[in-house]
Amino acid sequence: MTDTAASNGPTTASADRLPALRRLFRLQWEEVQQKHVLLYPEGMVQLNQPAAEILKRCSGATSVAAIIADLEQAFQQTGLAPDVHSFLEIAHAQGWIEYR
Amino acid sequence: MHKAGLNTADTAATPAPPPPLWLLAELTYKCPLHCVYCSNPLDYAAAGQELSTAEWVRVLQEGRAMGSAQLGFSGGEPLMRDDLIDLVAEGRRLGYYSNLITSGIGLTEAKIKAMKDAGLDHIQVSFQDSTKELNDFLGSTKTFELKQKVSRLVKAYDYPMVLNVVLHRLNIDHIEKILELAENLGVEYLELANSQFYGWAYLNRDHLIPTRAQLDTAERAVQRFRDRIGDRMRVYFVVPDYHAARPKACMNGWGTVFVTVTPDGTVLPCHEAKMLPGITFPNVRNDSLRTIWNDSDAFNRYRGQGWMQDPCKTCPDREKDFGGCRCQAFLLTGDATQADPVCELSPHHHVVEAAVANAELAKPMITRPLVFRLDQNSREFCKIES
Repeated sequence: MTDTAASNGPTTASADRLPALRRLFRLQWEEVQQKHVLLYPEGMVQLNQPAAEILKRCSGATSVAAIIADLEQAFQQTGLAPDVHSFLEIAHAQGWIEYR
Repeated sequence: MHKAGLNTADTAATPAPPPPLWLLAELTYKCPLHCVYCSNPLDYAAAGQELSTAEWVRVLQEGRAMGSAQLGFSGGEPLMRDDLIDLVAEGRRLGYYSNLITSGIGLTEAKIKAMKDAGLDHIQVSFQDSTKELNDFLGSTKTFELKQKVSRLVKAYDYPMVLNVVLHRLNIDHIEKILELAENLGVEYLELANSQFYGWAYLNRDHLIPTRAQLDTAERAVQRFRDRIGDRMRVYFVVPDYHAARPKACMNGWGTVFVTVTPDGTVLPCHEAKMLPGITFPNVRNDSLRTIWNDSDAFNRYRGQGWMQDPCKTCPDREKDFGGCRCQAFLLTGDATQADPVCELSPHHHVVEAAVANAELAKPMITRPLVFRLDQNSREFCKIES
């Protein structure tokens, strides 16, 4: 986190991208579990609240930068960019999202 | 699913078990196929009258209210039920993620479209594998073409598709062809499930256990394929437990995640459990799913660790594998509270070792000719039991 110059490169580049939940997955609220889950063929990922809030916004029509701005406004926080970027990296590696 | 296990531990002080996140609806035992490794009970012919549409709707509603989220429509061949589309629609209305687990036989374009409109999420097409059809497959004849046709339709209607192939001694050497087919079909998931030895597969075990060399070759082929294909497809290779040193975490623990409702409404902690003696499995015609899951003797019998004996009772892995499979323990030792004999720590492990060693012989000893899953054969087993 100290080397901001180095992390700026990829962060700026990916901020314009449009993440979308892949069609294999369905995001929904589970009343009994009191949490959001990602459902896919014969499986389920149980999500914590920040993960769910990010994935809800992955519509394929909103840029990463706009998602971050929206989250910061909705939760009245600043500096969420590193967390959002690192979660999206995981979500992409897991195959939950794709970029459009 | 792993998280559910953690939740169990966290809430050990409270009496209510975790919800059955996975509901498997075995709609019918009717099936056009006669697979030698079928997971239906040997005595399926003795099952009672199938549940009505209204009874199934109630089961789906009760499961969803308890927190079930994954719904599998299975069988037999679920397409043999003419109310399947109504049940799919009810599943979607309730918020399930629904999976159709089918051989593809009878999967017409009209049905694929109607189920899409009704809200079906996913279709798993399996390769059937009786000897005749295996020949068809290897000869790229009728079955092969049917699978291609069905798979193209599944893709055309934009379903995610899982191709499931049960592997065993008689087909595992054709792994390259199977991988090639999956690639040509453009499936998202390929599930290569090595045959597990229960029911019909247990009867046919001597024919089906692969050699270690066969398995190694197949695993290498799968790895090469994964390296080449990357993210385009997820390939699961389910290692056969007879060749593993430790048992599988069967069902993620008895009565923790999975519930199976069989065609006549009998409720089981897994689709094999009916074989276990001394347990009266409850029926949704008599009790609610919630009462059955929470309170029945059948579902509490092997929950937790109270039933365990050594080596499981003191084993550090008991939180991880739950002592393996109760059905396999019963099948191979006659006592369902034993450690699963595939475990190298089990005092009965030699039984599994002997079966694996037999498979390594140039000419394995064969107990009986292949037994096909046929109604007449099932009726014979019913007679033996009664």
